[in-house]
Amino acid sequence: MQPIEKEYSDIPGTTVFDADQSRKGYGINMFCMSLLKEANRKAFKADEAGYLKAYKLTPEQTEAILNREWNRMLELGGNIYFTAKLGATDGLSFQQLAAKMTGSTQQEYADMMLAGGRSPNGARTKSEWKK
Amino acid sequence: MAKIVAGVATSHVPAIGAALDLGKTQEPYWQRVFAGYEESKKWIAEVKPDVCIVVFNDHATAFSVDIVPTFALGCAAEFPIADEGWGPRPVPMVHGHPELAAHIAQSVIQDEFDLTVVNNMEVDHGLTVPLSLMFGQPEEWPCKVIPLAVNVVLFPPPTGNRCFNLGAAIRRAVESYPEDLKVVIFGTGGMSHQISGPRAGLINSEFDNAFLDGMVNDPQKLTKIKHVEYMREAGAEGIEMVMWLVMRGALDEHVRERRRFYTVPASNTAVGHLILENPSAMAAE
Repeated sequence: MQPIEKEYSDIPGTTVFDADQSRKGYGINMFCMSLLKEANRKAFKADEAGYLKAYKLTPEQTEAILNREWNRMLELGGNIYFTAKLGATDGLSFQQLAAKMTGSTQQEYADMMLAGGRSPNGARTKSEWKK
Repeated sequence: MAKIVAGVATSHVPAIGAALDLGKTQEPYWQRVFAGYEESKKWIAEVKPDVCIVVFNDHATAFSVDIVPTFALGCAAEFPIADEGWGPRPVPMVHGHPELAAHIAQSVIQDEFDLTVVNNMEVDHGLTVPLSLMFGQPEEWPCKVIPLAVNVVLFPPPTGNRCFNLGAAIRRAVESYPEDLKVVIFGTGGMSHQISGPRAGLINSEFDNAFLDGMVNDPQKLTKIKHVEYMREAGAEGIEMVMWLVMRGALDEHVRERRRFYTVPASNTAVGHLILENPSAMAAE
């Protein structure tokens, strides 16, 4: 059998959540899923490191969660719809999270969106991506 | 006989639901979005569908990474509103149509679309925001709702072609249901947006407007768009637009465009909306 060619790996600034990522990030995503319950959100906030011990996480994944390294969580197998639940636990909206992941301030990001968003020109392939 | 009279396409941005629930609809930023649906609300109040089939995606609410069904049809009598981390949206309980849903499941599975039957599911903004945009803030939703959840979270989602053909199978199923029911089918999600990673904020109005044109006049062309092209051109999460093709597949080849609306942005996302009537079914009215 041929290995699957991941042509989407050439899209810059993007981690596609495929089956390989899903396997790697199972612990991150199931931890995030637990935050849908108010009681769990409280327990996590009271003792973050202790709460994470219940999940199968690598040391890198634990560190990324504790330090709120949002892009790193995605690289390590997290999916945005799951990590957004950690964002919600911190009181962050999707737009506030997006600003953080792009390295912009909230205002800069909101202004970019109001001006029509990020152009696809210069953002289609890794070779043309920044600069 | 039941019949599909029209299709509605709309984005389902969660911030739209929050703006509505928090009473921000008159703020200029949100007014620009909600104004695009005023005529649509009047249209659907006149059409008065008995049932809406809402094609949407679950956002890690009902389905975690434990089980990821590609197509999941809601066959329950009730679908409670989910708590997505901020508490459940203050909207009415969603009532299903278990008999029609069971008929659709049985029919499309025998038509070789092996979807998953779901008898217990909470629904998130992917389903409730389109209902709010079309019906406003009623005490009760004015029709039954059959949710069809499509996986677009774990790559790869079904192809656009598969979605389109499923829509056609759903239409055959609906038209073989003996009771006289007026059905509207919703395709939700999109349009261009990326909410993850350093490339977040991507918007491609050119792609979106070509997609709107294609939905009306040339859906076959849209069924050939590859996953990588959606993600490259319309953002990683723009791939949600395959769900619109389920709706389009359930309509006539030639449709009547009743409404079109497009605005940028709502939060991170380009908002697109269409109402397409099925001339054959509307003529029989």
